[in-house]
Amino acid sequence: MKTLKDVAIGDTAVIKRLHGEGAVRRRIMDMGLTRGTQVHVRKLAPLGDPMELTVRGYELSLRKADASTIEIE
Amino acid sequence: MSIRIALAGNPNSGKTTLFNALTGAQQYVGNWPGVTVERKEGRLKGNKDVVLQDLPGVYSLSPYTLEEVITRQYLVADRPDAIINIVDGSNIERNLYLTTQLLELGIPLVVAVNMIDVVRKSGDTIDLGKLSDALGVPVLSISALRGEGLKEITDAAIQAANTRALPRLPYVFDGAVEHTLAHIEEAVNHRHHGGLHHHHADGSQHEGALTDEHLKRWYAIKLFERDTKATEGLHLRQEDLDAIEDEVTLCEQHLDDDAESIITNQRYAYIQRLMEQSVVKKRKPGALSVSDRIDRVVTNRVLGFPIFIVVMFLVYFISVTTVGTWVTDFTNEQLFGEGFSLFGANVPGIPQAVEGWLDGLNTSPWLKGLTLEGIIGGVGAVLGFVPQMFVLFFFLAILEDIGYMARVAFIMDRVFRKFGLSGKSFIPMLIGSGCSVPGIMASRTIENQRDRRMTVITTSFIPCGAKLPIVALIAGAIMGNVWWVGPLAYFIGVAAVIVSGIILKKTRMFMGDPAPFVMELPSYHAPAMGNVLRSMWERGFSFIKRAGTIILLSAIVIWFMKSYGVVDGRLAMVEDMDHSVLAWLGGLVAPLFVPLGFGNWQNTVATVLGLVAKEEVVSVFGVLYGVGEGALDLVEAGAFTDLAPIAAHFTQLSALSFLAFNLLCAPCFAAIGAMHRELNNIRWTAFAVGFQTALAYTVSLIIYQLGILPQGGFTVGTTAAILLLLLILYLLFRKPHRAELAAAQA
Repeated sequence: MKTLKDVAIGDTAVIKRLHGEGAVRRRIMDMGLTRGTQVHVRKLAPLGDPMELTVRGYELSLRKADASTIEIE
Repeated sequence: MSIRIALAGNPNSGKTTLFNALTGAQQYVGNWPGVTVERKEGRLKGNKDVVLQDLPGVYSLSPYTLEEVITRQYLVADRPDAIINIVDGSNIERNLYLTTQLLELGIPLVVAVNMIDVVRKSGDTIDLGKLSDALGVPVLSISALRGEGLKEITDAAIQAANTRALPRLPYVFDGAVEHTLAHIEEAVNHRHHGGLHHHHADGSQHEGALTDEHLKRWYAIKLFERDTKATEGLHLRQEDLDAIEDEVTLCEQHLDDDAESIITNQRYAYIQRLMEQSVVKKRKPGALSVSDRIDRVVTNRVLGFPIFIVVMFLVYFISVTTVGTWVTDFTNEQLFGEGFSLFGANVPGIPQAVEGWLDGLNTSPWLKGLTLEGIIGGVGAVLGFVPQMFVLFFFLAILEDIGYMARVAFIMDRVFRKFGLSGKSFIPMLIGSGCSVPGIMASRTIENQRDRRMTVITTSFIPCGAKLPIVALIAGAIMGNVWWVGPLAYFIGVAAVIVSGIILKKTRMFMGDPAPFVMELPSYHAPAMGNVLRSMWERGFSFIKRAGTIILLSAIVIWFMKSYGVVDGRLAMVEDMDHSVLAWLGGLVAPLFVPLGFGNWQNTVATVLGLVAKEEVVSVFGVLYGVGEGALDLVEAGAFTDLAPIAAHFTQLSALSFLAFNLLCAPCFAAIGAMHRELNNIRWTAFAVGFQTALAYTVSLIIYQLGILPQGGFTVGTTAAILLLLLILYLLFRKPHRAELAAAQA
């Protein structure tokens, strides 16, 4: 399974499915990371985690652990 | 009758700016009951009949974060007359997601598209008419910052409230979902009309139960999402619930997704269609805005960290060392001290002025002592921190307002989340190394309640400026000036933060779902001075108001205990502290400290008086051990030979144990007051102080008992120390119980 965590910096991916559960999963969806959404990986924090994404025209930060629950196409 | 209008919107949508612009100075700032979330209410400028309720900034009405639950409960149970939904025009897609949910509540609503000036400047256009047609509610553009469109939006909201003009529901969901929702509404209706009397035979009225027909849609969607928190108040019959469950499962199979995702996906899909019709973006996707360019440098892989360190250094340097200290020194030494000269005229300090005044009134010596030493001395010591705090809050407000605070969390998250803290906990800890009081207050910027509580409880472990004289006394006069005592103090502090973080994180109080770190990084923009100054004032003033009570009461109690004693069988004022109530109590408590190596009444009294201000420990030692009044000055001057009488009462080991205890135990009253202000719950404050003191006792016991092992041999104390050490290690490395996890999540 290819996840958002594996996307290289500067690349764009399309979300296929959200795994994970509960509050974190809902929060990820609420922030606009839904099926079919384009996500651009902007950069990593200076210490290597979390990641910074561009989604629906704004910037979002997400921990790698949570990014690995987001399956991409 | 007054009209109640709620202000709802995403974080960073300019909600606070709008609220300030609409209410002016007519605000009441408090907390939502029992939680650390701030609550603001105010009256509309120019129309006192309109009460505005500022709701916490939320992205959604899902049942997970505290802010979301508060917002939901208020909207569902308190039913304001209208909602102003503020939407960031420069980030409209995600902001409209909340709008689609607010529309379902059956409350008159108007949409305020904010930051319209930013939108115009970027060359984008938003067709407000089309948005309004599609959403079925008035949509107006405003700029809260420039005061544009405010009259229009409030007029629209008041009109909506007066006419009870309910939103016409937009076509958000597709046929399959609408079909299921219709069935659910039917089942709910069935219960509402048919089953009502049976279920209410006991005469009870359930909160949020279908008393309001307008909430039908809201409940139907919540039932679809299986949001049991929202729907348990409905008390549906099991057969109805089963029927609903079947419908939902059918729909899920049909759409090959789970219910929660279906609703979310369709909301966003609807917004995307809406955007295509009504929003034209000038900037090509991928092109960089000014904010993007700033961010490229500021959180750069290479430069991000150095920039962070420079920013933090500046904040610390200016608020704690330079400006903060000038003002604080002035407050402590001149205003609450010897007085100062203003334009050549000599202005006496407050104590002198009050003393003169009391002398003039011929007051009794006890009242004079209480006022001067107890109240002015105690409260003055604390008020001294207030200016410093204001300077700090000024900078914090700027960092928040320009958008850098979110980046602090972004940069530091990796380090702090291991200890159950937030990346934003860095600032409280840093400031706490100057003074715990503003440090604790700085935790206000952390969103998550659990992280905030953890930060409040652990910040005072970091040695503050007032603890340094104790460190210097012990290093210089007792340990023979070895270099490592200072670093050791900081090491003990940092280790205590980490150990407590890990241990507490695994307890039931702090467990549950991990705080989702799915955080918006808002666009950078220039700070709005009005907001910054207001935020500074509110935070500073709330400290004075809430912490003030605790500080005042404890200052009075301590003064009585140290100035009064039993003389000839009667309670009377005493000259020497040796004969005071405090000394007597100290003697009673002292045996507790024998296992720690410093169990006499003098050390106990010094520790207790350290609660007034930590540097007091040194002064009290001076008085009780015969050095005189000026022990603190001697420490500052480094005249350690003159402090030998104090040193004579300690061994190196008992001194280290005493140091560890005083570094970690309950902080000064001002800091306890600040903790109480932030935790907003007396049981949490009591827990925090208890935890700190228990940890201090444990650490000191381990240091002393294991330290005397070579000379003293194996004793009961040694056994206790080893057991406690093992207990700490166990708590550090244990895996939380499944049962505990489940209980915490429920």
